[in-house]
Amino acid sequence: MDFRFTEDEEAFRGEVRQWLKQEIPDRWTELDPGIWEETEESWALAREFQRKLGERGWLAPAYPREYGGLELSHMKRLILAEELAYNRSPISIEEEITVNWVGPSVMLFGTEKQKKDYLTRIARGDIIFCLGYSEPNAGSDLASLQTRAVEVGDEYVINGQKTWCSYGHFADYCWLAARTDPDASRHEGISVFIVDMNTPGITVRPLINILNRHSFNEVFFDDVHIPKENLVGEKNKGWYQLMIALDFERSSIGYAAGNQRIIEELVRYAKDTTRNGEPLANDPVIRNELAQLVVENEVGRMMAYRIAWMFSKGLHPSYESSMSMVFVSEVMRHTANAGMRILGHYGELDRDSKWAVINARIMRMCLSSLSIGVGGGSNEIQRNIIAIRGLGLPRK
Amino acid sequence: MDLGLNEEQEMLRKSARDFLRRECSKQLVRQLDESETGHSPELWLKMAELGWMGLVFPEEYGGDGHNFLDLAILLEEMGYNIVPGPFFSTVVLGGLTVLAAGSEEQKMELLPKIARGEIILSFALTEPAASYSAASIQTKAITRNGEYVIKGTKLFVLNANVADYILCVARTKETKDPEDGITVFLVDARSSGLRCTLLKTLARDKQCEVIFDNVALSERSVVGDKDEGWPIVKDILQKAAVAKCAEMVGGAQATLDMAVNYAKERVQFGRPIGSFQAIQHYCADMAMDVGGSRFVTYKAAWKIAEGLPSALDAAIAKAWVSEAYGRVALRAHQMFGAIGFTMDHDMHLYYRQAKAAEIIFGGADYHRAIVADELGL
Repeated sequence: MDFRFTEDEEAFRGEVRQWLKQEIPDRWTELDPGIWEETEESWALAREFQRKLGERGWLAPAYPREYGGLELSHMKRLILAEELAYNRSPISIEEEITVNWVGPSVMLFGTEKQKKDYLTRIARGDIIFCLGYSEPNAGSDLASLQTRAVEVGDEYVINGQKTWCSYGHFADYCWLAARTDPDASRHEGISVFIVDMNTPGITVRPLINILNRHSFNEVFFDDVHIPKENLVGEKNKGWYQLMIALDFERSSIGYAAGNQRIIEELVRYAKDTTRNGEPLANDPVIRNELAQLVVENEVGRMMAYRIAWMFSKGLHPSYESSMSMVFVSEVMRHTANAGMRILGHYGELDRDSKWAVINARIMRMCLSSLSIGVGGGSNEIQRNIIAIRGLGLPRK
Repeated sequence: MDLGLNEEQEMLRKSARDFLRRECSKQLVRQLDESETGHSPELWLKMAELGWMGLVFPEEYGGDGHNFLDLAILLEEMGYNIVPGPFFSTVVLGGLTVLAAGSEEQKMELLPKIARGEIILSFALTEPAASYSAASIQTKAITRNGEYVIKGTKLFVLNANVADYILCVARTKETKDPEDGITVFLVDARSSGLRCTLLKTLARDKQCEVIFDNVALSERSVVGDKDEGWPIVKDILQKAAVAKCAEMVGGAQATLDMAVNYAKERVQFGRPIGSFQAIQHYCADMAMDVGGSRFVTYKAAWKIAEGLPSALDAAIAKAWVSEAYGRVALRAHQMFGAIGFTMDHDMHLYYRQAKAAEIIFGGADYHRAIVADELGL
């Protein structure tokens, strides 16, 4: 057992830090968009930054070199993810989904032509996908999705409605799950497609999120014709492809590292703030609360490290990833709520107030953290996975 | 980074698990819990033969030269099975203190005997103030005619009832700084003036009241330097907290395993209760608590083994594991329902272990205060 990184890995961390210091645009730091707060301006900044990351091979560091990756070791990827998140780098959530879910799925199930068409462009930061999974009546029960794709000649014709498509109004492509055999059992008739968001018949309508920002969309498909070659993998086997994609490396290390930064800000605030003539840092309740956040975040960080270590050993974590996701998401919510208690009234203030503290991050996080633990499989679904896949409890 | 056990550690784990399953049945655990001594000399000698008592001592002191992390792995297995007896007080509290602070003579005298299973040690720190702070040490050792005389009451002293030697933490000097003027003494348990009374406790874990009524000691009984014993105590408390976490991780894992097996077998409403989401989510939470506890504990144990600064990691581990094991045990009880509420079932053994382990060496609040100190708050 050894909890140290190697000298080479530490040097790599230094290199990443140095690079980020130079490359994160001042304007981005000024805008400081939290999760689900992207605007047209911040999105553009992020795209530019992501392309720069891509040039270095750091956007999709796991990919084979022929597709623009570095085949970087799992530990260095862990370090990279940690540093990107801790330093609040301009990377959108859709970029991460594109690189970590869409790309690896194309690699695993796609045709040679699809790999050539998409992987390098993904790794360079040239294209971004939104996910076309959820529907008004298919949330946690994703297999009940109704959007249809009908084979007509050398095309598929798509009709239906998707919802909660994050940044669908900015994305270049949609990674779409649609029903191709309505007569088969629910898991058997689903297929996965790549759909160009500029295809006629697609309508994108905004859904304003709880932070009063436009991040989600409803996407309507009315007789959308796409080439047959945009089917990914086997027809009617899409459900199984989606399930395998759940096991792709997704680490909660980014969340843990980002959260660590916020806890550090709260600690700093407690040291610098006087209330009733006493530093907040002397208040035993606040000390206890902050210490508990540090403890929880460290537990979460170790869970995330464990995932990376398992991959590095050629092991394939599945429920372990769910454990790490559930745990860290709950630590984030706890951080937001504990932060509100520590800041009191000041925690309520939005950024435009001169009285706002820590750039109103806690107030924003109090809202945004509601989505962590819901999107991408709710914590209840993750707990089902832990119980059934991890502990072998019976389904029925 | 490597979060796995090496081959030797895997072997240690497996042999410990097999041995304890064979030699330390739950029937024996119950017998020992209910006995006055809480100690089985037969089991004790077998454990010594396996090299457990001397695991972490260097070879020149009759040990096997393993490190603290290896000891943590052994303790995890002991916690998994539950092993009553004075192992923790002899090896962790006594042995590691002598190893870290004892004179060459003391080490040569005591460590090989511990390793061979010949002597039992106890560590008398806490007093009626029930605190782990230096200020709470009121027991006094005064010098008289070239010897020390100890007077005071020690409380919650583990396994003093069967100990051959008791390490006693006493005040030898009064100054403004409560951490200054503390000395650790090695006391023969048969000394005149020493009285030991067994306390009846929740975990039936043989904690004692030990009264030192003018117990006379020679100069040679000082462990470490006179008046400078508090750093020794602090160091051993940190190791003990992490070692206890290792035991708790084992106990929590056993609790989870028992509960999951029960959920698969117990049928109600025509289906195993483990198929109900209410139960599944309990189990998922328990698995997260066990997994989370394991790796913060290993990290702290690894730091101690490597001689790296470990105050923060040790406090993080004890703060987390203290509460996590409690949650796991409570959830398991809920799942077992009425059957868990009996003396026949094994669950109460783990629940008692969880409660006692939560309190000893400081609970979650105590260790969160250390974390806050370490953060500079």
